[in-house]
Amino acid sequence: MDARPTTEQRELVEAADRLGRRLGPGSVGDLDDGERRARLDSALGQAGWRDLRTGTPEAPIASGVEAALVVRSLARRACDVDILGPLLAADLLRSADAPEDEVVRTVAVRADLRGLARIGDQAIAIDAVRATEAIGLDASGTSLVAFAVQERGVDGIDLTRPAVALSPASSWTPLGKPITDGQLRSWTALAVTLTTADLVGSMEGAIELSTGYAKDRRQYGAAIGSYQAVQHLLAEAHTLAEGAASALQHAAWAVDELPDDDALDAAAVAKAYAARAARTVCETAIQVHGGIGNTWECMAHVFLRRVLLSTELFGDDAAHLARLSARRWGGPHGLS
Amino acid sequence: MDFRDAPDEAEFRTRIRSWLSDRGADIKRSHTDDSYWTFLGQWHQELYDAGFFALTWPERYGGRALPSVYEVIVDEELAAAGAPPKPSLGYLIQGISRHGSEETKDRFLPGLINGRARWCQGFSEPDAGSDLAALRTTAVRDGDEFVINGHKIWTSYSDVADWCLVLARTDPDVPKHKGISAFAVPMQQAGIEQRPLRMINGITTEFGQVSFDDARVPAENMIGRPGEGWPLAMTVVSHEREPAELGFASRYLKMVRELEDRARTAPVIGHRQADELAWAYVQAEMLRLHTARRLSERLDGVTHGPGGSVDKLLMTWAEQAVGHAALSLGCAEAVVGGSGELLDFYLYSRAQSVMGGTSQIQKNIIATRILGLPTS
Repeated sequence: MDARPTTEQRELVEAADRLGRRLGPGSVGDLDDGERRARLDSALGQAGWRDLRTGTPEAPIASGVEAALVVRSLARRACDVDILGPLLAADLLRSADAPEDEVVRTVAVRADLRGLARIGDQAIAIDAVRATEAIGLDASGTSLVAFAVQERGVDGIDLTRPAVALSPASSWTPLGKPITDGQLRSWTALAVTLTTADLVGSMEGAIELSTGYAKDRRQYGAAIGSYQAVQHLLAEAHTLAEGAASALQHAAWAVDELPDDDALDAAAVAKAYAARAARTVCETAIQVHGGIGNTWECMAHVFLRRVLLSTELFGDDAAHLARLSARRWGGPHGLS
Repeated sequence: MDFRDAPDEAEFRTRIRSWLSDRGADIKRSHTDDSYWTFLGQWHQELYDAGFFALTWPERYGGRALPSVYEVIVDEELAAAGAPPKPSLGYLIQGISRHGSEETKDRFLPGLINGRARWCQGFSEPDAGSDLAALRTTAVRDGDEFVINGHKIWTSYSDVADWCLVLARTDPDVPKHKGISAFAVPMQQAGIEQRPLRMINGITTEFGQVSFDDARVPAENMIGRPGEGWPLAMTVVSHEREPAELGFASRYLKMVRELEDRARTAPVIGHRQADELAWAYVQAEMLRLHTARRLSERLDGVTHGPGGSVDKLLMTWAEQAVGHAALSLGCAEAVVGGSGELLDFYLYSRAQSVMGGTSQIQKNIIATRILGLPTS
């Protein structure tokens, strides 16, 4: 057993962190800076990280570990750029052996956000920044289809990743070869893991933000971070993020290395832990900022909102705990 | 990155698994029985003799100089077999090997490692708990000896120990952290008396109190230099905080599996119980993976630091989540007596946020030494 990232993986993290620091939104006001956002988008395109899950049906060009590291690093700076949707779309196309082309794609999820949309579902295209197609499933769930995305996404819960509701009548085109249940389970493990990576990065960003604030903000003649009541909130937040990161690392490895159901279990463990942790951590970030933490101008709610979306996408903590109960011992039973 | 066994690790796992299966059923014991704690001494020697203890320690002292990841295999297989975990002595071994002289190490480490000499740790006192440096036990030089007077508490295995690693004040005239020295004190002598503490789950053989009334220790039994007691104590307690050192993740996962077996066959399991149980699994599995990450970091030579406090908090949360699941499934059956095993597990879990440094102390350390927040 060796749970260490490789040298190349560490370099990838450094590069993605650098990009986030340079071009991510440093303040709520930056979210309105279209020029910055365009430069971030272009730099991400040049880095090629949206293509990490392209490749052949047998093997993507990069593992779940690399994909998760990039998503986590970009979330750390609340990067308002599409990464999750394109990665997941590319992985589906790869599984279905669809020819590569230049179309910009994301994925279409059901309105409850828990899984891929099928034809006829109320559907939402996530990460609808540049995409002209959102990948979903046909009515039987055995082949991919591409729904046309005709409108740009709008800010909903999340101010960094716009989404758009697709009309039930939206046109679609079939794509690639039929896709197996096993391939869909593997893909779901990747999807759950990448939302977990986004949660872990968002937690780390929220902690950095509020730790910095606690060092600067003075009350009673001293930095508030010198008071144990505040220290303990932040120490707990840091510990939650570390635990979530440890579970994430395993889930990201499991995506390509374990049988699909085991990979899904690993993802469920990581997602359940990270989802509960992330809400607490982001609420802590707001609390540490006091009144300002409850204003629009403070970045704390940007992280919280991002966490709320990533928690719901592909199943929240309750959904994954229920999966684990059912898989491991049959789940709740005997209720009258 | 690979969470699977490498070939050598797989071969080692097969070996310990077959040893455990040959060893027979009497290794399955509950840590909430008094007999468990008395069995641990024999268990230490058996594990050592079979080559499954002291894996990471230098060969010179009886260890096997293997990488830390082998410890995880031992922990997992012990838990899978229902056997007690390996003895948690790594922190005492760390303290003596980091601070003791070559002569001291040659004298004490082999017995500590092979289990022929049993040790306890005389740190905490009734008035020196979290504020350990306030300890009042004194050691006064008298010829070739020191004379020790004072009172220690929370002393695990004081009833069976041959030696006690005692922290005592040797210089009352310097600031409190500077005047403490450490000694290896022989327990079998007239000036030492120990009596058991009865814990909230009824156990009496885990913790004791020890009083020193003109107890004597040869001056050469001092570990480290005069005044080096505080740095030694910090080495010891920081290692006491690591789940990697203690192998607790496997123990929690074993308890979760037992609870799942009960849940599968119980006539009624409600959503609240299911949620507690699934959450306990998530916490225990997270701790296993966190331990794997930490032990892997050691392959890079990452030395021990304040991260141990993060590990201790994660371990505490995991144990207490499993405790809550045990309570949720087992409280009712203990109302009219019953085995009470699950209730005992729950009650025992409350100590985890106190022993080895309270959760509040861990948060102080994380806040100031990891997050860099200012001290007041």
